[in-house]
Amino acid sequence: MNIQFKPEELIISTIADMLEGLSHVAIGASSPIPGSAALLARAKSKGKLRVSMLGSEEHNAFTNGGTELFDCAAQGRIDAFFLGGGQIDGRANINLVGIGEYPRSKARFPGSFGSAYLYFLVPRVILFREEHTPRVLVPKVDFISAPGISAENIYRPGGPYALVTGRCVFIFNKKLGSFFLKSLHPGHTIEEVDEMTGFTYEKPINIPQTPKPSAATIELIRGLVADEVSETYPAFAERVFAN
Amino acid sequence: MSLHLDNINTLIELIDSGNKLALAPDYSGCAMKAVRYLINHKVRDLHLVGVPSIGFQGDMLIGSGCVSTVETAAVTIGEYGLAPRFTDAIKKGAVNIIDGTCPAIHAGLQAAEKGIPYMPVRGIIGSDLLKKREDWIIGNNPFDKEDSPLVMVKAIAPDVTLIHAPLADREGNVWIGVRREMMVMAHASKTTLVTYENLYEGNLLNDTNMAAGTISSLYISALALAKNGAWPVGLFGTYPADDTHLRLYIEMARTEDGFQNYLSQYVLDKEIKE
Repeated sequence: MNIQFKPEELIISTIADMLEGLSHVAIGASSPIPGSAALLARAKSKGKLRVSMLGSEEHNAFTNGGTELFDCAAQGRIDAFFLGGGQIDGRANINLVGIGEYPRSKARFPGSFGSAYLYFLVPRVILFREEHTPRVLVPKVDFISAPGISAENIYRPGGPYALVTGRCVFIFNKKLGSFFLKSLHPGHTIEEVDEMTGFTYEKPINIPQTPKPSAATIELIRGLVADEVSETYPAFAERVFAN
Repeated sequence: MSLHLDNINTLIELIDSGNKLALAPDYSGCAMKAVRYLINHKVRDLHLVGVPSIGFQGDMLIGSGCVSTVETAAVTIGEYGLAPRFTDAIKKGAVNIIDGTCPAIHAGLQAAEKGIPYMPVRGIIGSDLLKKREDWIIGNNPFDKEDSPLVMVKAIAPDVTLIHAPLADREGNVWIGVRREMMVMAHASKTTLVTYENLYEGNLLNDTNMAAGTISSLYISALALAKNGAWPVGLFGTYPADDTHLRLYIEMARTEDGFQNYLSQYVLDKEIKE
């Protein structure tokens, strides 16, 4: 059976699969797609996965204000987190500050948020950026908000796990310090990904396709997940899930 | 001793040009009405501290020329896109930016709260943020003889914290619920000014259900009633953001002229007449 789905729904389903078996996922600022993926993973886990979403009153059990997420992460109580970036490079360095000379950036982004900390401490940090172009995926970021890898003497139980874009999924190899192409989303080609990626990466001979969401998954996304995520991201829910 | 003031104007007079002013992000307690008064008072050279980020109130203060330095982990207006007046000010070099990261800002305030000069923070090493910060240094864990580097951030003691809260009582106690970063802000600041939505009948500290989420009047310098005081952003547990108005702001604030129009329509002299 051929199920129709939106690109966002494929990404939500793909990221949710990466959260299977985890106990606690936290969601930071401006993250509607990762937030939806976490809520989908929670629905599939039958209550085993806890989701803590910044800006939500319903899906947030923190009672100690803004510091608790960070304290929790430093203690190893958060298994997965999401980061984006105005620029991401092949060493998984991320730039949330701006393009060009600092501080008078040609293009200024909001800022580093908690990235310079959580990237070190959360074991499974999933990088997510829908736009997959050479201006985002660059050889070297202009400003390192948070580095992908660290020297051995740096306390770092956490770090990059994968990079999910609108075209494909990369897995980060910590030993080599580089990305490995894991799968291409349906409708996208290796030629296109090669052309649109500004950094070099490893790839297998036969590249698998990113698994499509099942009918049951789509139903969950459009029902429960759409409803739950709309509390924190009403504009996103309206745009993606409204008919 | 009553900490209550008759109007927001008197409250705002306690903020001086050049003050280091701590503000909350849009999802926490933003004293937006008081910020409009502040703009009318033509304060200058404010050093804003976003705890740990700032949104609309930061963008409006920057656009109004009230700010010389922004110290924050981010200036973000969430789903609405980039903060227009902040972005423009950075391009023009009109404000000095001190880029931080959320836990380091929290840690700096906690150090001030504890009366100690600095606080160690995990992570950060290898980030370009560190290169730009003279108030962050790399030390070594003194309990570990091995090479064990750790960033130490200098205490942040704001001159003033300005927040909006859902409830306050006649004694000057202020209820902030689980948004306890505002409690740390009050503890760390020399002066804490509060606008509040509703008066609580009785003493918040006498009710154990409320006391844990209450900033004691010990830390509150002055407060004033402000109905709908967070508008157009929302107030947790009380009312949502005014989406239509925020979109209007974004549209108008895209240009300098548009922003000036916004100010003359919605900010300048509007509140003072109350």
